[in-house]
Amino acid sequence: MMPSTPQDSLLERAPQLLRDLVTSHLPEPWRWFANSLIAMIVILAVFGLLFAALTLVERKVLGRVQNRPGPNRTGPFGLLQPIADGIKMLSKEDIVPRDADHILHFLAPVILLASTVMAFAVIPYGRHLVPVDLDAAVLYFFAVGATTELAVFMAGWSSHNKYSLLAAMRALAQLISYELPLLLSWVPVVMISGTLSTTGIVAAQSAWKWGWVPTWNVFTPWGFAGFAVFMVAALAESNRSPFDLPEAESELIAGHLTEYSGCKYVFFFMAEYFGMTALSGMAVTLFLGGWHAPLPSLEFIPSYAWFGAKLITLLVGFIWIRATFPRLRIDQLTRFAWKFLVPLALINLGTTAFWSLSFGWTGPLQLVRWAVAIVLVVVPFIVMGRRLSSGVAPRTYSYAT
Amino acid sequence: MLGSGLLQGLAVTAKNFVGSFHDPKRLTTVEYPEKRTVLPEAYRNFPFLVSEKAEDPMGTLRCVACQICEKECPPQCIYIEKSKDKKPDATGKMQIYPAVFLIDSSVCMNCQICVEVCPFDAIKMDQVFEIATQERFHALLLDREQLAKPNSYFHSIRPSEAAEVDGRLAAERKVAEEKAKAAALAKAAAQAKPVAPKTEPAPGAASPKPQNPA
Repeated sequence: MMPSTPQDSLLERAPQLLRDLVTSHLPEPWRWFANSLIAMIVILAVFGLLFAALTLVERKVLGRVQNRPGPNRTGPFGLLQPIADGIKMLSKEDIVPRDADHILHFLAPVILLASTVMAFAVIPYGRHLVPVDLDAAVLYFFAVGATTELAVFMAGWSSHNKYSLLAAMRALAQLISYELPLLLSWVPVVMISGTLSTTGIVAAQSAWKWGWVPTWNVFTPWGFAGFAVFMVAALAESNRSPFDLPEAESELIAGHLTEYSGCKYVFFFMAEYFGMTALSGMAVTLFLGGWHAPLPSLEFIPSYAWFGAKLITLLVGFIWIRATFPRLRIDQLTRFAWKFLVPLALINLGTTAFWSLSFGWTGPLQLVRWAVAIVLVVVPFIVMGRRLSSGVAPRTYSYAT
Repeated sequence: MLGSGLLQGLAVTAKNFVGSFHDPKRLTTVEYPEKRTVLPEAYRNFPFLVSEKAEDPMGTLRCVACQICEKECPPQCIYIEKSKDKKPDATGKMQIYPAVFLIDSSVCMNCQICVEVCPFDAIKMDQVFEIATQERFHALLLDREQLAKPNSYFHSIRPSEAAEVDGRLAAERKVAEEKAKAAALAKAAAQAKPVAPKTEPAPGAASPKPQNPA
């Protein structure tokens, strides 16, 4: 009964029913306002809690990778650690340097957090769960995300501190460099889906090939390449290791966070995790089929659970990468963006164009289509990967042997 | 190919993560206040004074206040005042004893030289490392009541060395007792017949001597 009409199952409609339970008492003109308010509160609550859990998971996983148990003093298995952290951070003194630009110094964390929270508005979390269904949702998402660069530079400039300013310059160089591959990597999805709406993109990935293989974008050659470029650029955009140069503590103390303490520091910290979560959510929407189940027989599990599972998988991947790789140097970072990721993303546009043009090919031509697309993805990767490291690796040292 | 090294690195960390749940070699941290590692026998920390009996630590200190350790101590953290009267020591001989024995543990560098120079096995290295105090000066200046620990404690922290010391001291005590007995016999004999030569008891006392400590 349920698999035939999964969209009507009780669990699927539970969020809607709960909301209507509250807002149905209101007069009609007020209802949309109350609905939006509830959506905002739910987003802040869910992603706030996810942020808290993520800090704990990150520290636990990093600990396990480094052969130690991680935080385990606060509560059973250290589960209350995020609460203790929160109390500690919020009760700390808020220090503003005397020479700082007080208004900008205050505004930077606020704008940063606001812009990352705004990005959550257009992600479809489930079949019936999209806070704002915009026509140009993807464009909106990345436009809002670009505001974070402004906020980071505001923080660096207003702190009146050489480390903050240097870090802000670095952050700008990094964020603008990686903005380009990030934007180019999702253009193929729009080319194939023919829409900028996130719900439309998810709907375009809803079919099953041969009745059981999901037609997610990541299972095509151009989609896989786009997904890889997107995730690398997302790592850099959210200032995560190995691209966490703006806060390279061995060089720049804490970078643009140097002069921030207490609640404002928490805002920056939250913004980093919110940005990471939003970009992962967008990656799920664009490439991993959004809220769709991976198998038709698993559709009885509500769609928001599938979205959550995919999101958490990507976030754990972020943590795994942080636990593994050392930080890049600034020249390596920019070279990697301009000489590798941007050309790859551009070539991927061509691959997608071929894929789009060969849409009608059938029979053995299908195999030709796949082979050509795979060659178009793999060969540039190998060739440019060789060129990227030629003359640079392996390193020779003048004094060390 | 570009990226193969990255994948290898990811495999290494994944192996560590999974291994930390079942392989003790990949989770080496000991959660210290609750669990402790077994200290190796040779582990040493601040010195303590050995007393024979736990019930009467001040009366049975092995230390005879010879002040060798005080003079040898490189950072000079030991301070000794000799007693005016005498008490029988571990071997039963009448000896002076330390009226005051102080070690400034904030100065002590745990070099073990005091232990090596002590001819009486009276000072030994302890294994106590939790010596944090609330106060910086007097709490770190340890007096003889705080320093004295019974021989049984020495056995518990360093059994093989303690057994060796106990054997040596027992042999010395036996020798001294026999010597005293022989001396008493000789004295009695001398009192009984002042003419008789006292050649007989001397070799009997000297022959079973295993080693000469002093």
